[in-house]
Amino acid sequence: MKSKLNLDPKVIDSARSCAARIAASMQTFIDRHTTVSTERTVLRLLGVDGVDDVDTPLPNVVVDSIKDGGGLPKGAAYWIGNAMIQTGLDPQKIAEKIAAGELDIMKLPMASKEEAEAKILPLVKEALGKIKAQTEKREKYLATIGEGRKPYLYVIVATGNIYEDVVQAQAAARQGADVIAVIRTTAQSLLDYVPYGPTTEGFGGTYATQENFRLMRKALDEVGEEVGRYIRLCNYSSGLCMPEIAAMGAIERLDVMLNDALYGILFRDINMQRTLIDQYFSRVIIGYSGIIFNSGEDNYLTTDDAYEAAHTVLASQFINEQFAVLANIKEEQMGLGHAFEMDPEIENGFLYELAQAIMAREIFPKAALKYMPPTKYMTGNIFKGHIQDALFNMIAVWSGQSIQLLGMLTEAIHTPHLQDRMLSIENAKYIFNNARAIGDEVEYKQDGIIQKRAQFVLAEADKLLHEIEKEGLFSTIEKGKFGGVKRPRDGGKGLAGVCVKDESYFNPFIPLMLGGAK
Amino acid sequence: MGSHTTHAATATTAVDLTKVKPYGDTMNDGMMQLSFTLPVPYGEEANEAAKMLAKKMGLDEPAVVFSKDMVGFTFFVLYGKCQHTVDYTSIKVTKIDVDVMDRLECEKYIAENIKRPVVIVGACTGTDAHTVGIDAIMNMKGFHGHFGLERYHGIEAINMGSQVPNEALIAKAIEVNADAILVSQVVTQKDVHIANLTNLVELVEAEGIRDKVILVCGGPRISHELAQELGYDAGFGAHTYAEDVASFVLTEIVKRKLV
Repeated sequence: MKSKLNLDPKVIDSARSCAARIAASMQTFIDRHTTVSTERTVLRLLGVDGVDDVDTPLPNVVVDSIKDGGGLPKGAAYWIGNAMIQTGLDPQKIAEKIAAGELDIMKLPMASKEEAEAKILPLVKEALGKIKAQTEKREKYLATIGEGRKPYLYVIVATGNIYEDVVQAQAAARQGADVIAVIRTTAQSLLDYVPYGPTTEGFGGTYATQENFRLMRKALDEVGEEVGRYIRLCNYSSGLCMPEIAAMGAIERLDVMLNDALYGILFRDINMQRTLIDQYFSRVIIGYSGIIFNSGEDNYLTTDDAYEAAHTVLASQFINEQFAVLANIKEEQMGLGHAFEMDPEIENGFLYELAQAIMAREIFPKAALKYMPPTKYMTGNIFKGHIQDALFNMIAVWSGQSIQLLGMLTEAIHTPHLQDRMLSIENAKYIFNNARAIGDEVEYKQDGIIQKRAQFVLAEADKLLHEIEKEGLFSTIEKGKFGGVKRPRDGGKGLAGVCVKDESYFNPFIPLMLGGAK
Repeated sequence: MGSHTTHAATATTAVDLTKVKPYGDTMNDGMMQLSFTLPVPYGEEANEAAKMLAKKMGLDEPAVVFSKDMVGFTFFVLYGKCQHTVDYTSIKVTKIDVDVMDRLECEKYIAENIKRPVVIVGACTGTDAHTVGIDAIMNMKGFHGHFGLERYHGIEAINMGSQVPNEALIAKAIEVNADAILVSQVVTQKDVHIANLTNLVELVEAEGIRDKVILVCGGPRISHELAQELGYDAGFGAHTYAEDVASFVLTEIVKRKLV
């Protein structure tokens, strides 16, 4: 396809191969390490669930006992496999006995790595079978009741109470929403465990728990059948429990998950080593499960200037793409993020936003691009806000975005009311329909404002990527190149949960999931 | 019929500030626009319900100009003529009493009146993860062309970011001998900000530094009146820039003889 922006394919290739080298260099670091959350994920996939008498999740109880016994470098899979050999119990029973203080799996006789691996293999295959059944169910729904047209209309619910969320989510689906995101309660990303059971209390959102996922999935399947459209469910595979939540999402058939280590580092002050290691396993799970991941580049533009820092968004998209390639994620599942966040006072700002959006589409032609609405310059003037959202919708349909996070006219005032969501869906539907083919019809003036802007941003991104390659990703973040936020390599939360693997370490899910996604 | 002259004689053109009501296109027509949702099915009865509600609110001749079926709910756009009035002349609002100086004037003010670096510590405390407010005030870049406090010569601005425990903010303020503490609260669901702001004041008092420090809160739902009720020296709402906060803090330092 010829570039309407006259982008130089050599510059795109240069940037992409540079990002691939950055990701590969990080991968060698990742491959040498594991984390407490990665190991808890292995346990969850092996069927360990529930909490002890003080509400500590059993995956935490087991991993803490392995860690305290100095066994983490061998991986939880070994210790559970070994305990199964030595006790004849299944992983859940083993976890319950550890919680009750009746069993110390670190003090059992030790079988070989091969024996332990062989012992748990049937359970690993069973877990993969469960996930496959869920992806098949999604495919069956898409083949029978179908789905909305792209850009998918993505709306949020955030009441704090999962049962209230269900009411709001079903109402939104009836109004035309295609994707429902359940916003998490403030600060869940900093919990080093996943809460258990249905929850009815939260601030600014609802806890991500497996039971809450299940309740919402069921509700969306019901309303999807009613409206004759598959309704996608989105949650957050992010924070200190990134891979655990990915596993929960795979098991409960979530369709979209926010997943971006850089976001956690910059905006939640999570330690960079911890979260990059966590991100790898979470992306392997996401890739295997047919989930679309969403990266968080849009957030850079809330702390940095959207016009000046546009190239950091593109550079980060290239890196996120390459991390996804290493986790064997299909292009169609790459929900790379960007946003409509330029100051509305900028002359020709619409043209710059358009250039950025079309450029993202040309460079990542198959990606499930996620486009985020204006937030930073929303003022409380709901009438102007509705127009800002209209311009945003115009660019989305024009540039062929995949997932449209709908802007709310009441942004900056409150979490959306029922009517806010209705008006916002109406706005998007009107514009998408009214300008459906505009992208096919319009070409851009040679060396005009739009072409030149896109070429400039691409060149700057390529330059930044080469600097990052030279510098290393860790020190680039330390210097505040993304989002204007500086984070130290050994700072932030969660570093204590990182450990170096020994030679006998194994995680049976990673090779099988990587193979299975091919 | 002479109606022309009659009209001219009854038209009110000047506002009576003791009896103010909304203005649509004619003085005292009382016109107001509302939009809201009722949890009732769409239809004639729903429109009637909306009009009855408007009348109870003091809106005469209510007209539902638009209604939309939201499956079990109905959304309305409604106009009506407000019958209530307010006495504008009797209104008293608590406002921050300070002449706002721009950045250069603030810098000059420090050089002339304080003659030492002013230390300001800020954070978004509690569970709130939104740094957009504190960043707009403190970070170099500022917001909308208004540079943040980090840019001010003579001000040492320390932005601790989001989800900072109140205890950590106060510990930092004591450590650096701060002149002012800025706390930002964006999330206000279920009044979580009130509890958190109250907690911060209590901790500052418990540490015995309340007299030595200027305590300022800010956020889209914060008013100066609320801030004062909670025990703060000032509260800043939406559309606040760094110079507004700096002007208050600097003049307060001089006023309270904390120089």
